[in-house]
Amino acid sequence: MATIELQKVEKKFAEAYAVKPLDLTIKDGEFVVLLGPSGCGKTTTLRMISGLETVTSGKILLNGKEVTWRHPSERDMAFVFQFYALYSHLSVRQNIAFPLQAQGVKNDEIERRVKEVVDILRIPHLLRARPGKLSGGDQQRVALARALVRKPAAFLMDEPLGALDAELRESMRAEIKNLHVAQHATTVYVTHDQIEAMAMGDRIVVMSKAEVQQVGTPIEVYYNPANLFVARFIGSPGMNLVKGQYAGGSVSLHGGNRYSVPPAWTSRLGSALGGAPDVILGFRPEAARVSPQGALNGEVYATDMYGGHTVLHVNINENEIVHIRSDRQSSYPMGTKVRFDIDPAMVRFFDPRTEQAVRGENPPSAAAEVS
Amino acid sequence: MSQFELQHVTKRFPTVTALDDVSFSFQRGEFFVLLGPTGAGKTTTLRIIAGLEKHDSGTVILDGQEVSTHTPAERDVAFVFQQYSLYPTMTVYDNLAFPLRSPLRNTPEDVIKVKVEEAAEKLRITQLLKRKTAQLSGGEMQRVAIGRAIVRNPRLFLMDEPLSNLDAKLRESLRVELKHLQKTQGSTTLFVTHDQVEALTMADRIAVLDKGRIAQQGTPDEIYDRPANTFVAQLVGTPRINLLPAARANGTVRVRGSCVAVPAPRASCWASAPRTCARLRAGPAAPG
Amino acid sequence: MARFEERGPRLPVAQATRVDKVHPRARTVRVLVALVSVVMALVMLLPVGVMVISAMKTRADVMSSPPKIFFKPTLEGLVLLLTDRAQLSEEDQTKMQALADQGKLGLFARIALSTGMEITGPSAYVTRLKNSVIIAGTSTVASVVLGLFAAYAFSRFAMRGKNDLLFFILSTRMLPAVVVTIPLFLMYRQLGLHDRHLGMIILYTVFNLSFSVWLLKGFIDEIPKEYEEAALVDGYTRMQAFFRIVLPQAVSGIAATVVFCLIFAWNEYAFALMLTSQRARTAPVGIATMMGRGGIEWSAIAAGAVGFLVPVVIITFALRKYLLRGITFGAIRG
Repeated sequence: MATIELQKVEKKFAEAYAVKPLDLTIKDGEFVVLLGPSGCGKTTTLRMISGLETVTSGKILLNGKEVTWRHPSERDMAFVFQFYALYSHLSVRQNIAFPLQAQGVKNDEIERRVKEVVDILRIPHLLRARPGKLSGGDQQRVALARALVRKPAAFLMDEPLGALDAELRESMRAEIKNLHVAQHATTVYVTHDQIEAMAMGDRIVVMSKAEVQQVGTPIEVYYNPANLFVARFIGSPGMNLVKGQYAGGSVSLHGGNRYSVPPAWTSRLGSALGGAPDVILGFRPEAARVSPQGALNGEVYATDMYGGHTVLHVNINENEIVHIRSDRQSSYPMGTKVRFDIDPAMVRFFDPRTEQAVRGENPPSAAAEVS
Repeated sequence: MSQFELQHVTKRFPTVTALDDVSFSFQRGEFFVLLGPTGAGKTTTLRIIAGLEKHDSGTVILDGQEVSTHTPAERDVAFVFQQYSLYPTMTVYDNLAFPLRSPLRNTPEDVIKVKVEEAAEKLRITQLLKRKTAQLSGGEMQRVAIGRAIVRNPRLFLMDEPLSNLDAKLRESLRVELKHLQKTQGSTTLFVTHDQVEALTMADRIAVLDKGRIAQQGTPDEIYDRPANTFVAQLVGTPRINLLPAARANGTVRVRGSCVAVPAPRASCWASAPRTCARLRAGPAAPG
Repeated sequence: MARFEERGPRLPVAQATRVDKVHPRARTVRVLVALVSVVMALVMLLPVGVMVISAMKTRADVMSSPPKIFFKPTLEGLVLLLTDRAQLSEEDQTKMQALADQGKLGLFARIALSTGMEITGPSAYVTRLKNSVIIAGTSTVASVVLGLFAAYAFSRFAMRGKNDLLFFILSTRMLPAVVVTIPLFLMYRQLGLHDRHLGMIILYTVFNLSFSVWLLKGFIDEIPKEYEEAALVDGYTRMQAFFRIVLPQAVSGIAATVVFCLIFAWNEYAFALMLTSQRARTAPVGIATMMGRGGIEWSAIAAGAVGFLVPVVIITFALRKYLLRGITFGAIRG
């Protein structure tokens, strides 16, 4: 059980920022995901928390006590690596027992705890095997067992599912989340896959280019992205972001389309943009619905079949393509002209100069329907 | 007669049979995906087609021609690896030009220049031509790797999970680009992956490989709607398909322990597969 | 399926990053450790220092006891090493002195004159040095080239009994030179290779081959075979792929191997002593045999030793980056 606090933690290499000053509080038992593309600073942040990387300035606190300069082994945190880092010359049982032996725990206690942990992860049949012979999923389970057996204050996981097959990733996701709930363990999890972050996180810290873009629950980050980066990054495919000019209650898009701004927004949009007409209209693929009486139109450029649903790539002018979600039965050959509407509760606006979102008056409730 | 075909190909390694009587075929211009989990034999299949491995029995036909005895150079295929595709000591331009500079082809330098710039243009990497490959990001590197395959205009592209090492978001955008590129070029592509989303969105047709055997071949629709067995059914679709044990009696299939009953379609089947949109569909299932 | 290897070559860590290594207290400890290391290094370098100084002393200074620390440096040792001299009579000495005053004598001749000698020609040592260069140089090139091809084959091709063969190659290194010398002597005598350059070259090449095959195989193993396979698919033959792709990437490994092979061949003593006499004798033996020839010319020996050291030190220093990689086989990871 642990609360982790980062106060103005930053990391510089020579003069370049690897992590800009970051403040973050991770509550006891929370599952926090550090999410972002390669090189955004998420792994460096995790490593600073663990002590494998030094802090250029700032403080790290564990349960209120400062641990910024403590040796990694003294922080009571377990690290799970992407490539498992299992000892190939030891059996699975010895791998799991290793950290306890290092701590000087008695043998019968070790046996008991290894057995406990191995039952939780459902790998008792693998105790005698060598890690090299196991499948990726099993190896990761052993790595998790090795972390779990220490009963640490916090778990730090660096893209643990990155090396696994897509299919296995899905099932391991659920397993890790279940483990987290059952153990009530504070977990900091790093990934570049936003689907994983959305599925597993209690809160997500979206990072890009060494900076935190937004911190929030999956719902917050999905429905109310703070800026263009988060809007694009979260969601598969990301939010549609279309440039336009705002005047007199509607936004004119390139290519002739005109979108009437819903009443909830008309009062604040003009002032939020500071009088300038440039605006970016944002809506998620499922917020748009193809309908013969739709207010906006475009031409189908391609269709992506996902099995259970389809995503249409629609050209609304020569340069811009939006993604619209459609049910699987619809078939739109290339070049079909379609009309569509945008759900007024799900539309968002962004200021192109600052890239920040324009705040709405009431964030939609979490019960907003996603079909 | 299909233009690209594998007929009864078997490959045995000392410890395991990698491919067991594998047969599939595809046409010119098709985007054909080989889908399966790790260890199913996908990479081995690609390597046999390229000529980097010798199969123990069966035939490989490329463009109507039997190539089982041809060297890799003679087969006119291009291979895009998952990683380590680019030569670190050369610039991007030299990497792209490399296939054309092979003594087999003897292309003059000005022709090479034209072709390289063309390929760079298609993959939007013209601004990277002078850079050393070590300075590129993961996505850029894979673009160059694909560019190197394109530059030769071979009769078949073999791609071994080229997107697997990329960030999730990059994978999405490159996926769309690749598909678009393939459609505009009309290039025949054999694409290998373990990610069923990639398979469903990109493929014209799919072959599912399970432990060295073809479990099913067909269009993405067919694979999704009419999986031939539980393996295929569970492999494809997000979220996963629900499989419930059921018993058949008097022309209905009743799910064990519940009151859900469906009219039985035909023959013997004991697993029904409702999809997430709550449409109950009973599929023909293999025992086991 | 993502493989468990890193993506691309990894560079060694430039600076420590772990908390306990960067902590201020740790830094003081590191400074202290560095100081102690420097002191120890100085102590260990003392003999070498003495040797260099001795090379520059006159005959008298070299022998003096207690040893002189402040002295007038001279090239006498070098002259003694490199030239054969003959004693001059009194009147010849005066004649030579006259020439010297007119500036007609070379540096070496003048130095010889100061000890009452005139130069009659180059000493045997010069030939020995030439032999060393020829023999060590050729055998190094041969063992690296042969080793490279063999290492590539071992790394890329499947063959029956590969591991046994590799072990066999390694095992040739396990024999101490002394054990093999007598049989070799007899064999060489029979073959007419005794005291010939070719004989020594063959011997050193074979001895170095085991080391170079193993070292180079390690480096080539690290180069992903996808690189050549892509070239094969693109239309290159294996040979072309080897020269254009593998070789450029193996350069640092090759450099490391060259240095190791060169050091062995250059310094080799046991075989050279037994298997050479006049024609093909190498410098290490030459220096040793200088002792006991009518009095020990210490300054000459010191000069010889220093001169012998220099080439290897220069080459090693120039290639020091590659040496580090060679010792650790790329085991340093970022």
